[in-house]
Amino acid sequence: MISEKINEILVDEFEVDVDLIQPNLNLKDTLNLDSLDYVDLVVIIESNFGVKLVEADFANIQTFQDFYDLIKRKTSEN
Amino acid sequence: MEEFIRKSMEQRVVITGMGIYSCLGTSLDEVKDSLQQGKSGIIFDNERKLFGFRSALTGAVPQPNLKNELNRRQRMSIGEETEYAYLATMEALKNAAIDEIYLDTHEIGILYGNDSVSKAIIDAVDIVREKKDTSLIGSGAIFKSMNSTVTMNLSTIFRLKGINMTISAACASGSHSLGLGFNLIKSGMQDMIICGGAQEINKYAMASFDGLGVFGNDSLPATTVSRPFDKDRSGLVPSGGAATLIIESYESAVRRGAPILAEILGYGFSSNGGHISTPNVEGPALAMKRAIKQAGVKPADIAYINAHATSTPVGDANEAQAILEVFGDNQPFVSSTKSMTGHECWMAGASEIVYSNLMMLHGFMAPNINFENPDEHSAKLNIVKQTVFKEFDLYLSNSFGFGGTNSALVIKKIND
Repeated sequence: MISEKINEILVDEFEVDVDLIQPNLNLKDTLNLDSLDYVDLVVIIESNFGVKLVEADFANIQTFQDFYDLIKRKTSEN
Repeated sequence: MEEFIRKSMEQRVVITGMGIYSCLGTSLDEVKDSLQQGKSGIIFDNERKLFGFRSALTGAVPQPNLKNELNRRQRMSIGEETEYAYLATMEALKNAAIDEIYLDTHEIGILYGNDSVSKAIIDAVDIVREKKDTSLIGSGAIFKSMNSTVTMNLSTIFRLKGINMTISAACASGSHSLGLGFNLIKSGMQDMIICGGAQEINKYAMASFDGLGVFGNDSLPATTVSRPFDKDRSGLVPSGGAATLIIESYESAVRRGAPILAEILGYGFSSNGGHISTPNVEGPALAMKRAIKQAGVKPADIAYINAHATSTPVGDANEAQAILEVFGDNQPFVSSTKSMTGHECWMAGASEIVYSNLMMLHGFMAPNINFENPDEHSAKLNIVKQTVFKEFDLYLSNSFGFGGTNSALVIKKIND
């Protein structure tokens, strides 16, 4: 499951409890992301999935589910 | 008005806290013991040999693990020099009896010596070379890759609100940080400043320095190669870590009931105006004379000199001549603690104040280990061959750097 892999790397990178991550929760608020953290999000997604996120990709991301869908779409396009 | 009058008067400047992370130990107690025992922190690092170093000797310090001390964002923004500086500063703040509440309710500055961030820059550029995309470097790299990395990070971690900048003056950086901090407090502009020096110790930081052929002969036993003033010295041994000193106005220290370790009496600086790497005699002599003059003491009052001497043929000989010129017939005890630490470069001017303060507080003078036979100049110095157990209350510390930058500090034990 891609969502599990994503959760795993988010937990590792942002040092949060895995139980805090739920598909319907807000990604930014749950992980307490600031502008610098988005830079690191791009790096970990590229190194784990080989896809490059750009700023525009985040425009419609609210929940973790949105984020999973984005990565799925990007990896299938790749 | 009262505030203005108080601030307009010259302040006495005292040292109320120290912290050290070096190849002689990672606490004041450990380092004091190493100094007293004349213990070297130098090793042979085979990785350097394989990497292409001409001399694979280096000071060795343990890699800090700050996972439980700093949060992710803080850890991501710091390289090894700042890790060392953080630990040295934590020890210094504790030593100075400064807690979180004090940090949040007072204006404290930071002036720290640092003059390279080689590894952070190389690591970041390597990613771009491989990926052809700067957006894959990550967010921490820029904050690790600037010369001011130590001060930008520590000022954030400790929530500092005073003067905030890095002093880059080659191997005199740490000493100038104290000298400049001394002047800011003396003039009443700041009450308290975190001073110090940090030095990365990785192979990238030292490769180009090694390329000059000025590092010591690594075919000899590692702990014997750094031998300042000895006639058979073959070059310096690089080293690193960090040293922090909390300096503040005497008034501030007394007001908060702080432990006063020593007083800074004089800071002398000069620039040789000559060769980029070869020092001369006149510049260092001038810095020493100015520090002694500002301190209001006579050369004969100074009991101990912590020499800059790095174990290079020309540098040590010139410093010996400068000391002879300034001190004449009244030669104080002299040792270069670089005989044990190697050359701690950007950090050295601060760490050597920590080392000398430890000696002064504990009544001994650390040896210039490996000093077996003098050359024609060092023969006239009063070099400490074995630990001298002796109370003393006034010393001078020298630091010189590339570009001919010189700094000398005169420090006194507080007896009142």
